[in-house]
Amino acid sequence: MSFNEQTIKTIANLARLKFPKEDEAKFMADIDSILNWVEQLKGVDVTGIEPLVSVSPRENAIRSDVVTEGNIQSELMANAPESVQGFYEVPRMVE
Amino acid sequence: MTELVNLHISEALDLLNKKEISSVELTKAHLSEMEKARFLNAYITETPERALADAEASDKRRANGDSLGALDGIPIANKDLYCTAGIRTTAASKMLSHFVPPYESTVTQKLKDAGTVMLGKVNTDQFAMGGSTMTSYFGVTKNPWTDEKGEYSLVPGGSSGGSAAAVSAGLCMGATGSDTGGSIRQPASFCGITGIKPTYGRCSRYGIVAFASSLDQAGPMARSVKDCALMLREMAGADGHDSTVAELPVPDFTAALTGDIRGKKIGIPKEYRPDGLNAEVARVWDKGIQLLQDAGAEIVDISLPHTKYALPVYYIVACAEASSNLSRYDGVRYTERVSGHTLDEMYENTRTDGFGPEVIRRILLGTFVLSAGFYDAYYTRAQRVRRLIYEDFKKAFETVDAIVVPAAPTPALSYEAMKNMSPVDTYLGDVFTTPSSLAGVPSLSLPVGLSNTGLPIGLQIIGKHFDENTVFQVGDVLEKAAGFNLMPHRVKG
Amino acid sequence: MYTIHGKTGDWELVIGLEVHCQILSKSKVFSGASAEFGAEQNTHVSFIDAGFPGMLPKVNEKCIEQCVKTGFGLNAKINKYSRFDRKNYFYADLPQGYQISQLYHPIVGEGYIEVTTDEGTRRIGVERLHLEQDAGKSIHDMVPGKSLIDLNRCGVGLMEIVSKPDMHSPAEAGEYLRQLRAIVRALGTCDGNMDEGSMRCDVNVSVRKVGETTLRPRTEVKNVNSVRFVMQAVEFEANRQIDIYENGGTCQQETRLFDSVNVETRPMRSKENANDYRYFPDPDLLPVILTDEYIENIRQNLPELPEAKKKRYVEELGLTPYDASILTADHETSDYFETAIRGQDAKKVANWVMGDLFAYLNKSAKTISESPIKAEDLGALVGLIQDGTISGKIAKEVFEIMAETGKAPAVIVEEKGLKQVSDTGAIEALIADILSANMDKVAEIKAGKDKLKGWLVGQIMKASQGKVNPALANQLLNKKLEEV
Ligand SMILES: [Mg+2]
Ligand SMILES: [Zn+2]
Repeated sequence: MSFNEQTIKTIANLARLKFPKEDEAKFMADIDSILNWVEQLKGVDVTGIEPLVSVSPRENAIRSDVVTEGNIQSELMANAPESVQGFYEVPRMVE
Repeated sequence: MTELVNLHISEALDLLNKKEISSVELTKAHLSEMEKARFLNAYITETPERALADAEASDKRRANGDSLGALDGIPIANKDLYCTAGIRTTAASKMLSHFVPPYESTVTQKLKDAGTVMLGKVNTDQFAMGGSTMTSYFGVTKNPWTDEKGEYSLVPGGSSGGSAAAVSAGLCMGATGSDTGGSIRQPASFCGITGIKPTYGRCSRYGIVAFASSLDQAGPMARSVKDCALMLREMAGADGHDSTVAELPVPDFTAALTGDIRGKKIGIPKEYRPDGLNAEVARVWDKGIQLLQDAGAEIVDISLPHTKYALPVYYIVACAEASSNLSRYDGVRYTERVSGHTLDEMYENTRTDGFGPEVIRRILLGTFVLSAGFYDAYYTRAQRVRRLIYEDFKKAFETVDAIVVPAAPTPALSYEAMKNMSPVDTYLGDVFTTPSSLAGVPSLSLPVGLSNTGLPIGLQIIGKHFDENTVFQVGDVLEKAAGFNLMPHRVKG
Repeated sequence: MYTIHGKTGDWELVIGLEVHCQILSKSKVFSGASAEFGAEQNTHVSFIDAGFPGMLPKVNEKCIEQCVKTGFGLNAKINKYSRFDRKNYFYADLPQGYQISQLYHPIVGEGYIEVTTDEGTRRIGVERLHLEQDAGKSIHDMVPGKSLIDLNRCGVGLMEIVSKPDMHSPAEAGEYLRQLRAIVRALGTCDGNMDEGSMRCDVNVSVRKVGETTLRPRTEVKNVNSVRFVMQAVEFEANRQIDIYENGGTCQQETRLFDSVNVETRPMRSKENANDYRYFPDPDLLPVILTDEYIENIRQNLPELPEAKKKRYVEELGLTPYDASILTADHETSDYFETAIRGQDAKKVANWVMGDLFAYLNKSAKTISESPIKAEDLGALVGLIQDGTISGKIAKEVFEIMAETGKAPAVIVEEKGLKQVSDTGAIEALIADILSANMDKVAEIKAGKDKLKGWLVGQIMKASQGKVNPALANQLLNKKLEEV
């Protein structure tokens, strides 16, 4: 696997991260070496092995349909970097 | 009052109940010790006023004969990953450097309800990502144990390095930690204290800043097995907020501390003794095995064949989950915002500025292993190998009651040494702790010996799912047999 | 089969619909905040919905139940094992940076909806129904240079119902959506209000030459939010694609927006097409395991579904399949109809509902639940015709008055003296008068010009202002003519 310049650009964009050239090169090299190290997993025979998603012993953790929270507009807005009239404010989105 | 800051929780409770000391005295002793030890940078936020108010309230409860919590009056610290209502919670990041949660995590709430006194919030690797507490936005924490020259040049381990340092240096009697791939056990080993990562699903994750949801577990760190047992009992239990918490009764773990492990089968997996295992660590491990055998346990050689794959599996799974868990830090609803002309620019500016390099590295890796065309080769494969690791433990526990292995491949390393390490080399520090994280089994780390340069070395006792009792029972016997009751300043002194 | 004639030959359409239905529940799917529509901005929001650190989702049991119910409505396989996945993407109205959805193990599997159009009844395949959370809302025109975010809708439970690419005409696509809406409304799992956004539709369209067996690239038209728009979007999109092909071009898979003002679709400018959602199982949530007992219990308590109702209307009430499908299109209509037919001739009532009543409602822009004519009263009106109290013609007049006043038909007939004359003597006298005034016509009838009888009956009805029972008038006229 080679984690090249195009890959890091694509991945950084998906993760909404953006670096100057030198940082990008450093991260690229780091990830590339981690991926090379991870290659060893290719040696494990996993035929017929189900992926393990969770080690929690539970299933069906459900709650009943009751309104128990909400109405905290002022607390929400107090935490917001920018807000107006109870709305969160962000740079204008196209479309 | 150095005496007070050396007490175990169990001892302090005794003295408090006999009214020989007050919680205020105990708390003040710790607050003044904190002041003296600021150079360690164990705390990100100290909360002395809240602590004294908590302590006074506790003393009043005792004086009035009101009902008391199980840890009433005990001063503790919380890892700065736990949301604490009205008190800044940073996850040691710039991103959350001004975040004041309006809610309390379940675990810290339970400890509050148990009557504890909160001294403050302790340092951690940023978003719990790291094994040195060096990735904190608030600066490194120093290990209270010094090097051969008597200098504070060593890392406390991580990510619960602030917790470990504070407990070790007498800056609190116990602390909450969290463990995703060894973040309680490895710093406990580096700082010569005790900590347990309970079974996945024993404690609620509600209100803990998430790193990797399928692995994160809360756990206590303290100066004895009994103290950990006391704390865990208060921290654990079902919670309507977290679907993954087991709806099992929480036993009185201290009742398991019988001191008798005769006939217990202790497994020693050969895969934890690779060529080139640190000789000091090997020596302490052998010593531990001998002590357990002397106590009447039956030592059984076992195999956990997929052990060596745990580390890469861990980094794939943990980073994948982290990349998604950390998407919420986008500058819209809380966190610092760095503006931009478009929404995407604002996201990029905020996230690139708010996350440190190790966090970014892990987000990039996690994003990559989930991305189209690579998902099956990396993520799905890692989850399949995770099942093999899980099955290894399941099989082993058909024949043994507990497994004993080293907690970390080395004693505490120096900042100098760590600074120059490649990411992969630093990840190797988790080699002994990630297998039990992936399997979700409980694992206790306790100090058993010293290296020839005088640094603590810990061992792990790993048990079956939800069998913390056996883990504590074996740990308690080993602790007493090893007689490790050193505090760093005594070593220095 | 529906085809479009192009320069180069006949084209057929391949249409698939993805419909998002907001689940009717009190609280959101993963939090305890209210799921109610229309509150002040950011008030029906919890820290979970706003994606605060350390917050964890917890599944609302009602949402599970609503999905299972809807699954039955779609004649679909209920999956006993389902679980949640995260769909990762950044958007200002998506606080967690991911949407919790079900990609790998949806709660409901394959099913179908029966759709009746002019071309007959067809089963349109349903691929799946999965449970997911809704996003918030962005408002772009309030503050210059800014978008504002309201998270009230964020986290409301959604059922995404994905059809197979089984539809081949605008009418079929429209009817599928109409039927789907009827089903969720009958079940009470979604209110189906497309104008409030509680039901939203994405339309996938591709075209191919008649006879081709492979599919050409499709476009996905987003947010087409009415039955009419769906039909328009299909038609526009199909013609647009055919034009491109016929002019030597090629189509690409892309996402487009429907512009209902100009009735056209246009490409989306966002990076939507370049997204990589990085789905993976959500580690915060556990699998949902449904027992046979749970599923059976829901099945046994289902209300009658539109399809079963339709069948019943055809088989038991003798309606045509087309009429039955119209009367079962929504439960307000079928409820009205079923109330109206109590003790009455169902077919006659059906004609009145679909004829005069629908025409009136249409003209006055009212829904059937707003009808001033109560279902019982419409039934009673049919009853009055049937028992000969009034004629069909008078009934139309009574209907008008009912619509204006909301009064019961018997009352109107009484007040206005519209009762049909059945008194033989009075009618005979009337006929005698008319015959003597038209002896020339009588002579012609006698000479064999039978058609003129109808004209005479008309004269009788006119003279009686329609109050004479026409059958009786006919009978007495014949008798009188013989006597002459
Ligand atoms: Mg879709
Ligand atoms: Zn969807």
